[in-house]
Amino acid sequence: MLDFLHQPAGFGIGETGLLVYDASQPLWRALAVGLGNTLRVSLPALVFATVLGTLIALARRSVHPGLRTAGNVYIDVVRNVPLLVQLLMWYFLLLDGLPDTTLTLGWVQGVTLSKGGLSFPWLVADHGAWSWSIPTQDGLSVTGGATVTPEYLAVFMALVTYTAAFVAEVVRAGLESVPQSLSESAQTLGARPRQVMLRVVLPQALRTMVPAMTNQYLNLIKNSSLAVAVGYPDLVSVGNTAVNQTGRAVECILVMMSIYLTLSLLTAALMNWFNARHALRGQS
Amino acid sequence: MMVKKPGAMSTAMSAFFWVALVYAAWRLLDWGVLNAVFRPDEPACHALERSGACWGVITEKIRPLLFGRYPHDEQWRPLLALPLMLLGAGALLWRPWALSLRGVMLGAGLLSLAVGVLMHGGVAGLVVVPSDQWGGLPLTLILAGMTMALSLPLGIALALGRRASWSWVRWACTGFIEVTRGVPLVMVLFMAAFMLPAIIPARFEVSLLWRVMIALTLFSAAYLAEIVRGGLQTVGSDQFDAAKVMGLSGWQTQRLVVLPQALRAVLPALVSHAIGLLKDTSLVMVVSLHELTGALSLSLGGDPQWRPYYLEGYLFVAAIYAAMCLSLSRAGRRVEQRWLVSGGQQ
Repeated sequence: MLDFLHQPAGFGIGETGLLVYDASQPLWRALAVGLGNTLRVSLPALVFATVLGTLIALARRSVHPGLRTAGNVYIDVVRNVPLLVQLLMWYFLLLDGLPDTTLTLGWVQGVTLSKGGLSFPWLVADHGAWSWSIPTQDGLSVTGGATVTPEYLAVFMALVTYTAAFVAEVVRAGLESVPQSLSESAQTLGARPRQVMLRVVLPQALRTMVPAMTNQYLNLIKNSSLAVAVGYPDLVSVGNTAVNQTGRAVECILVMMSIYLTLSLLTAALMNWFNARHALRGQS
Repeated sequence: MMVKKPGAMSTAMSAFFWVALVYAAWRLLDWGVLNAVFRPDEPACHALERSGACWGVITEKIRPLLFGRYPHDEQWRPLLALPLMLLGAGALLWRPWALSLRGVMLGAGLLSLAVGVLMHGGVAGLVVVPSDQWGGLPLTLILAGMTMALSLPLGIALALGRRASWSWVRWACTGFIEVTRGVPLVMVLFMAAFMLPAIIPARFEVSLLWRVMIALTLFSAAYLAEIVRGGLQTVGSDQFDAAKVMGLSGWQTQRLVVLPQALRAVLPALVSHAIGLLKDTSLVMVVSLHELTGALSLSLGGDPQWRPYYLEGYLFVAAIYAAMCLSLSRAGRRVEQRWLVSGGQQ
């Protein structure tokens, strides 16, 4: 039933990341490129959303009222506007705001930004030896390094800023679940505020946060399929093209479903493992 | 938590954050109001060179923005349907505790009928407007309202089915819930829009709007089922025993004893699901149903003159969504507070 996956795909994909692909390759390679694109944007977004979300949650607990207000406004605005609207806004902002000619960012060597996207140094394997490939300007285009398109950047920014607002709420609930008496006793014992947060509050808050955080991570991965609206070829977008190309609707749906279910199960298993490990350490 | 008195450093930081916040607010006011052009005057907008907002784009595009591709001469119909739906939503959210279930169902039925007749036509001399030409804010409200109304009973049924004593019902419900929750909504919408017609014989074909509505309903029901299941778990087994002693049947027990308590326990989750659903209706744009978000893309995308002012357009649409979501969450909080005051009785 799945033989059709070995037939030539017959369609090109605009952005393939690190994978090499062309239209003559089998369909399963096309779907693999789609999955690769989904992960390529979801996984970094997941990390950045966690960091940004935690920072916002901390800002909302800050002793500075100005910072608290900024955090509250951010969450109220971002959570009440559809992700798609934010994604399109980011996309047009980037298309508009990115410089026509290549702009070298001064603060990191070899990072360039232009309408063609963001280029940055990347590790390449050359006959077993790893080396950094630095992007260099070659006429109007940039060669070397790794490049992500404005479409990627839009999806990435939208996912990070949107999910961060939800992560911030999860982190806040987690921090609030730790009784205040614990941080007070740590203070009495002479711990500095940073120590109270890192050694006492955060380790305990993490445990209550894990299930809700897992949900947010799963949402982020699934939300990355909105990429189709700006033309970033993620799994759903490639799968949809595959349906149109092959006419094997049921089979393609089953393949896509199983991939997403596997992703969900993997994420859930990973978070469960983290949870178990953490709970164990907390008891000892 | 702070035991120490804030030092000079901390005070300076506080002042810095206030100044930054006030400055940002001032810049926003400056851009959005003081320097803005509100007339649909493109040269004036152009002359601003981005120093101010061009709200003229909204004034210019208000009709395609609010009504999508609905025929121009018939747009009084969605214009009439819009306040009808907003009034209906307002009546529901104003004093939800004072409404009876039967009244709500009757009202929702009548409202759907009125809006359906207005939008679709075909009676009383109204020209038929097929649903693929509906669009804008009315379509957003129709999708969100219908999906919520249809998926709540289905979600409750799925949640009860997951606890059923027949194992095949249990397995079927669990399988449906878990698979649906595992896949992205965009994929489900693609299935409904492009793949279903390829599978189903042409004579059974239903319109795109209905297919999308069914997809949204099934998707939403899977999430609602999990929320309701959480609520069902809060109802203790003594409640079942008490109901049995009172001589209630199994169905009466669920309807009169268990479900009211279960739904009340998960009200906050239900409200945030409704908000999520309202936001998710924007995704139907990718299968070319032009609800509010899609109508904006449609009206700006084809117009090079006004296209540069996309940001104002998106901010306007974002403000409409935010207003609707915030009123939903406010209504939810009011109901919670009311129950809190009345000690969960009422």
